[in-house]
Amino acid sequence: MPTTLETRDVAIVGLGAAGGIAALPLAEAGLDVVGLEAGTWLTRRDFAPDEIRNNVRSWPQAVQKANHEVPTHRPRPDAPTTRASSHPMMNAVGGTMLHYWAQSWRLNPWDFRVVSETTRRYGRSRIPAGSTVEDWPFGYDELEPWYDKVEWETGVSGRAGNVQGRLDPHGNVFEGPRQRDYPMPPLRGTGFTDLMAAAARGLGWRPFPGPAQINSRQFQGRAPCAYHGFCNRGGCHVDAKNSTHLTTIPRAMETKRFTVVTRAHVVGLDVDAGGRVSAVRYVTDGEEFVQPAKVVLLAGYVYENVRLLLLSKSRAFPNGLSNNGGQVGRHYFSHAQGGGVSALFPFDLNTWYGLPAQGTAVDDFADDNFDHGGLDFIGGGNLWVYSDRRPISAASMSTFGRAPSWGSAWKAFIRQHADRVNTAYLQKTTLPYESNYLDLDPDVTDPLGQPVLRITADYQANERAINDYVQDRMEHWYRAAGAVEVQRGNLGSMGPTTHAFGGTRMGDDRETNVVDRWGFSHEVPNLGVLGGSVMGTSGARNPTLTIQALAWRTADHLARNWKGIAG
Amino acid sequence: MISRRDLLKVAGAAAASVAADRPDAVAATPADAPAREAAHGQPAAGAAPAGGPLQALTADEADLLTAIVARLIPADATGPGAVEAGSITYIDRALAGALSDDREAYRRGLAAIERYARSSRGAPFRELSPVDQDSLLIDVETGGATWAGAGFDGSSAAFFAMLKGHTWQGTFGDPFYGGNRDFIGWDLIGYPGVRTSVTAEDQRLGAVSTPVRRSAYDTDMFNKATASAAPAGDRRADHA
Repeated sequence: MPTTLETRDVAIVGLGAAGGIAALPLAEAGLDVVGLEAGTWLTRRDFAPDEIRNNVRSWPQAVQKANHEVPTHRPRPDAPTTRASSHPMMNAVGGTMLHYWAQSWRLNPWDFRVVSETTRRYGRSRIPAGSTVEDWPFGYDELEPWYDKVEWETGVSGRAGNVQGRLDPHGNVFEGPRQRDYPMPPLRGTGFTDLMAAAARGLGWRPFPGPAQINSRQFQGRAPCAYHGFCNRGGCHVDAKNSTHLTTIPRAMETKRFTVVTRAHVVGLDVDAGGRVSAVRYVTDGEEFVQPAKVVLLAGYVYENVRLLLLSKSRAFPNGLSNNGGQVGRHYFSHAQGGGVSALFPFDLNTWYGLPAQGTAVDDFADDNFDHGGLDFIGGGNLWVYSDRRPISAASMSTFGRAPSWGSAWKAFIRQHADRVNTAYLQKTTLPYESNYLDLDPDVTDPLGQPVLRITADYQANERAINDYVQDRMEHWYRAAGAVEVQRGNLGSMGPTTHAFGGTRMGDDRETNVVDRWGFSHEVPNLGVLGGSVMGTSGARNPTLTIQALAWRTADHLARNWKGIAG
Repeated sequence: MISRRDLLKVAGAAAASVAADRPDAVAATPADAPAREAAHGQPAAGAAPAGGPLQALTADEADLLTAIVARLIPADATGPGAVEAGSITYIDRALAGALSDDREAYRRGLAAIERYARSSRGAPFRELSPVDQDSLLIDVETGGATWAGAGFDGSSAAFFAMLKGHTWQGTFGDPFYGGNRDFIGWDLIGYPGVRTSVTAEDQRLGAVSTPVRRSAYDTDMFNKATASAAPAGDRRADHA
């Protein structure tokens, strides 16, 4: 028999990047808020610089509820379905922000207007066939104040390139205008990233240090980055990475109106006779609880948001909550993060230390920052090189055909070259397509017997054309910096990823979108959705800052319109 | 001018004496002694005893694994290899703990390699010349040994990839897990070691950082409890 708990004003499902933000403005507005989180609290003492544990054995993200619910994947309905052994995301207070790279980009203004800008500049026919991309219901200007708020309230370091229209060539001159600078200067350059920046300038490009939600100096009483080299898949041992478990969540708890419930494994959302969401059901150690709430904010990762809606079937919503229009799971896409480029240099790079967010970016070939008139694709990619290396991965490097992969000859090679390779991270525009979607897997269940999510998705011609174009540019850049060998990675498949988007897309048209421009369901007025699942375009950069700006905006909207939404 | 490699050698010797305080410490071995032995096809004996009693592997399995690993990262003119670094101890402990799911794959894979050695080369693996051992391992690596009736589970390449990955972990990973003894792996690739804070100077081109030779767990900064034990995915799952 489930235990029914006392009704709260707002129940937030998931306390990661999105839910962890929303808690603060709601609690500060005087609302009574509970956050249900599947994971637990972790502290700096849990984040040892240990490659075996963090990277090889994927702790902490492997010890999680999420690993019991890894989505299956097939590129097309007629292709075999496969399932990865671990989930790309983790459960904890702060979520995957605990170990993410913390690159904290704003989307480019073009990303909000892909359809209208492409049509205006090149003609409607340039929207790729089969794509379901739409303009966002608002432009960059609408989100700018919320980007600014997240940057200053949680702490983002970076070099502005466009403050109120004044361009600074040391920052990103392609970014949309911002009302003021970042609260902290960028993370420092290294010998290698400075070398790459100089090479880019030599090519006539405009390199700049990327933004990071990491302290470049003391901020809000927390330490600056120690650059120790274990940021990638490891949490921060000095609390310099500004996850919500260090920023907005503790502040929300200080109001005494926000309660964090850990180890709450949410299994479904209930609706009342009127078709409004009424409660969240969760399980802890096999015991079931019902948490009634006047408003529910679904703030899990893309896969879990979509899955919980599809699992929550009722008389009013026989195909899943907020899915009478059949849009839950549609317009799914994930960043084309594969297709990296690696280079071998004839000298040591000294990149044993640093972090993935400590690097040099080139945006000249991202979004619509260059003329696509003679090209066969729209969008582009962000070029990113950074300082990051650990010993096992270093010893596992490609030998670029210059040595075998083991034995004495390999040993002689690795002794000379372990610090001479670098791999660029190339994030590229990915569009939503009719043929790419999420639904429940008909065969695979989690240990509770509930179906896991199934991803049906594959890159299309536009993504593959971008990949070729961007890899060409990256190879050019590496060779200009002195590389003697260059290798290109494959774009890969669209299986589970850390950069997933869509499935509960935001838009004014309720025929093609699940949530409205404020993030509330078109069908269930007291249900809000936070996270990458509401985003309709990916841009060519990491989504977390946009997710947080949207979350703050939705929470603020709820607080200001409480009576109308809570009923 | 003193090169970084020379500095690393000096620091490595210093670390070897410090390592005597570690619970899994072994006596420092002159780097050229195992090299001489391996050159004659005799893997350095006693890797397992140096790391304590075997926890998962049988003595026969450990001996065969030692002979294989001695070919993957040999002790040679460039210094000690994976055996000297304690990779067998690493694998054995892992198979008794975090990687226990792989224990059966090792049993079957090692037995298959031994059968394949006898059927294709006419002698036990350990009695083959280094050249024959290498050519046999190439068969295993490329999947060529799969169909010889030796009993590989699926492709022999899969077992080779796993074994190689674990050997690299045991050679270049944190010594907390029983490998990378005397920081042999880190010295080989010139890794300046685990630091909890890194200066701007440490990140300049051509910088020479004094190597730090300690485990992440040699300080009191970090919880050790999360570093061992259960297979991935089985902890903190809130299922009935």
